[in-house]
Amino acid sequence: MTFFPSFKTSGRRSGKARRTSTCLASAVALAMGAGSASAGDVEVLHWWTSGGEARAANVLKELLEAEGHGWEDFAVAGGGGETAMTVLKSRAMSGNPPSAAQIKGPEIQEWGELGLLGDLDAVAEEGGWDDLLPETVAEVMRHDGHYVAVPANVHRVNWLWANPDVLEDAGVEMPTTLDELFSAAEAIREAGYVPLAHGGQAWQDATVFETVLLASAGSDFYQRALVDLDTEALGSEQMIEALETFKRLREIMDDGMSGRDWNIATSMVIEGEAGMQLMGDWAKGEFTAAGLTAGEDYLCAAAPGTADAFTFNIDSLAMFRVTDEAELEAQRTLARLVLEPTFQEAFNLAKGSIPARPDLDMSEFDSCAQQSMKDFQRTAEEGGLVPSMAHGMAVRADIQGAMFDVVTNFFNDRDMAASDAAQRMVNAAQAAL
Amino acid sequence: MDNVIRRRTPAARLWRVALYAVLVVAALFYLLPLVVMVITSVKPLDEISAGSLLSLPMNPTLAPWTKAWGEACTGMRCEGVGGYFINSIAIVVPAVLISTLIGALNGYALTKWRFKGSELLFALMLFGCFIPFQVVLLPMAQTLGWLGISSSRAGLILVHVVFGIAFTTLFFRNFYVAIPTELVSAAKLDGAGFFRIFWRILLPVSAPIIVVSVIWQFTQIWNDFLFGVAFSAHDTQPVTVALNNLVNTSTGVREYNVDMAAAMIAALPTLLVYVLAGKYFVRGLTAGSVKG
Amino acid sequence: MSLTSSRPRVARAASRPSSAGRLQAWLPRLVLAPSVAISLFFVYGFMLWTFILSLTNSRLLPSYEFVGFGQYARLMANERWWVASTNLMIFGGLFVLICLALGAFLAILLDQRIRQEGALRTIYLYPMALSFIVTGVVWKWLLNPGLGIQAMVRSWGFESFTFDWLVNPDMAVYTLVIAAVWQASGFVMALFLAGLRGIDDSIIKAAQLDGASLPRIYLRVVVPCLRPVVFSAVMILAHIAIKSFDLVVALTGGGPGYASDLPATFMYAHAFTRAQIGLGSASAMLMLGGVLAILIPYLYSELRGRKHG
Repeated sequence: MTFFPSFKTSGRRSGKARRTSTCLASAVALAMGAGSASAGDVEVLHWWTSGGEARAANVLKELLEAEGHGWEDFAVAGGGGETAMTVLKSRAMSGNPPSAAQIKGPEIQEWGELGLLGDLDAVAEEGGWDDLLPETVAEVMRHDGHYVAVPANVHRVNWLWANPDVLEDAGVEMPTTLDELFSAAEAIREAGYVPLAHGGQAWQDATVFETVLLASAGSDFYQRALVDLDTEALGSEQMIEALETFKRLREIMDDGMSGRDWNIATSMVIEGEAGMQLMGDWAKGEFTAAGLTAGEDYLCAAAPGTADAFTFNIDSLAMFRVTDEAELEAQRTLARLVLEPTFQEAFNLAKGSIPARPDLDMSEFDSCAQQSMKDFQRTAEEGGLVPSMAHGMAVRADIQGAMFDVVTNFFNDRDMAASDAAQRMVNAAQAAL
Repeated sequence: MDNVIRRRTPAARLWRVALYAVLVVAALFYLLPLVVMVITSVKPLDEISAGSLLSLPMNPTLAPWTKAWGEACTGMRCEGVGGYFINSIAIVVPAVLISTLIGALNGYALTKWRFKGSELLFALMLFGCFIPFQVVLLPMAQTLGWLGISSSRAGLILVHVVFGIAFTTLFFRNFYVAIPTELVSAAKLDGAGFFRIFWRILLPVSAPIIVVSVIWQFTQIWNDFLFGVAFSAHDTQPVTVALNNLVNTSTGVREYNVDMAAAMIAALPTLLVYVLAGKYFVRGLTAGSVKG
Repeated sequence: MSLTSSRPRVARAASRPSSAGRLQAWLPRLVLAPSVAISLFFVYGFMLWTFILSLTNSRLLPSYEFVGFGQYARLMANERWWVASTNLMIFGGLFVLICLALGAFLAILLDQRIRQEGALRTIYLYPMALSFIVTGVVWKWLLNPGLGIQAMVRSWGFESFTFDWLVNPDMAVYTLVIAAVWQASGFVMALFLAGLRGIDDSIIKAAQLDGASLPRIYLRVVVPCLRPVVFSAVMILAHIAIKSFDLVVALTGGGPGYASDLPATFMYAHAFTRAQIGLGSASAMLMLGGVLAILIPYLYSELRGRKHG
């Protein structure tokens, strides 16, 4: 027992030593006047704080420091980035935004419209981003035709995770349709486990809901309802049906789910308390951190009924406009490094997602990620690639919030009818227009 | 005391027993969360997942505490919450002193130098107690930007002083109201000035209320999270922000024992203040208002 | 000094002390001026600013495109807002009343010459020192049916014992009351206790001689004396109730669904998370209006009553 702390300390010391040595290297480079670029610092506001994510972000930090620039880590944990966004707004209001911030989806456009984001076209041109990035991804990164953000990864949201021992104990296979999901859940419950691990937070409710909608109504309908906000689709029979299926899922979850964090739910699957979880592939970071191997210690599959669809969620770093020459240089270096294979590979291996550039060698990745990459490219060509509503990729934050309210309230209210919820979604969409 | 012979009827004795029973049950209610925190913070992780909340640790360990203090990771920094203590102290100490001083002068002016409209001014300031802090986040951010102290300790000190003086003024006013005005009037007749009277007459008797103001402000500012997170940069975050980051950050299995130890560490200064000075706090708080 | 000759001199002589006197007369105002200016700017200025924002269609960051009272209309049509407002009334009302009642009750008990009074008092008081950022996790455990009190009592053999308020949308708001009462009631107790000790014993003795019973003495003699303490307590409790934000975030996150949302969390969610600063500002104004409507009459009567009393 007592050896543990001393191990930790020595680990830390070596980390510090490494940092000192890079500092030394950069100092030497500066002194010799070898570095043409002056060294600047970038303050990076992000919420990559949980185990796998933090390790992944650390890779970027080390790469940046190796190029002689400084990384000022401004991590704000909590609430899926909500706290971090508050901090960002406060900083922007005070005219002192960080140089880079984790912003994604349509929100990039909103910050762009405010004229606060810097132009990355020079880096993009040099790196050939137009050819490198799939158009779906590149589109999200551009504002008004200029690159303002750089993608770190592509997450797939519609995954089902399972503990093979639990499935075996219950005598069921990985379900591939919603019906199979329910019957498997029944067996798992009888075997004495929680069938579906879930955390009762609005965004998790919405994550499960959009996956169910995708499964029961298909990706075209999903696009019409949750991306284009077609009121006809939102109020339709298909929507009501999807809502009803969604609510039935409640029966295969446990009572203690209220307010539970997603990674706690994942650890229920890891520990064998629960059989399955519907969650994006960031859950894999937790499995990896626990030292488990995909396909053996845990199973992954497209969420039941959504094998031909891919709900994407892209993490990106947006760059704020800066005037200081050294900071600008550091910022551009950061943008370049984010797309470089070293970071893309290390980051996505740790985080569970797939690289934002499809040209990378995927052999280092596990079977789940390889599957994900294959499906990503296939759905991009054949259709079925849709942005995730629950993760702020599809609609503006206010509409997303209104949808969350409907979904989570419907899910938790024992008496609300599905048709009522569908009508509220229509109202939410109309109010936003 | 207890050796004094008291004649007690059985009914009265029963009454005493019931009295103590109620008090002890209430004490258990208040203690429960703290006990759970302390017990959990010295349990190894496997005991937490195995046992119930209140089961005592079989192998108590201080490892969670040392980890929470200096090793636990938030984001990519693995330095625990210990280092953020300095930030909190650097913010709390000046903010408490300044807001207390201003509150004392205000309370003094409002009670011993009443003028037309002074009560109205007091009521105006009092309303500052009730403004929800979420409302002022954005305008405050902009103001701090204008002043050029955004994301700095100075900015956070200003914020806490600004929203603290409503309470400190309330405390001092209620206290000074109860101090006889005759002394002050006599001093005025002798030609003593505003500050001289404050220094010589009011301040020497103000100890109880200074304790109140300091404790109140210390607790409020030390425990503040919203301002701390919104108006800090990566290097000026107070300890509550570090705690929040730590608690919301997890690798695989959540280390509840480390979370609890970190929470205890972050709470120790205020807990200590309450345990040591709680008596004076309450005495001072009511010293003015009861007789007023 | 004859009257006639001294006239100008009197004027001059009077003018010197009067200039010093004027300075003395203005000094209190000068001392108060910075605080008043701070209040005007940081409280009232910000409120005005918030009001202006509530008339705009500000989204991610403030903009000044005016839309009249449209945001208020949207707020009125927003079901979640009504849930939040109702919750504040339930929560605020219960919280203040229970704290006052429990605080007074415990204070009276502690006032009966109790052994270990100091220790008990500290135990009752300490929660006030902690923030919910610190205790939120524990409360979440205690109230979680699978981990906390329910599981504990069931493990003692009461299998049918149910305490699932945290996950029950109809009851979640009451868990906020429990945790908030835990935090603040000891403080109220301490206030009352100090108040009781401040009361002149001779009044009580006189009442006892008159043959009044103990409850009657407390009700008729003691409680009226404590009116200023109640005032302080209500001010502090109201301040806590209105500002309860950490508590909700730490304990229920506003859930299940948004069943335990309060105006403070509603405002925060809309202004900061959902890029609807206009709507958030409108909710903030209504919240302030509600506070004013309740507090101003109370403040007025208390301050006035005390001046004459």
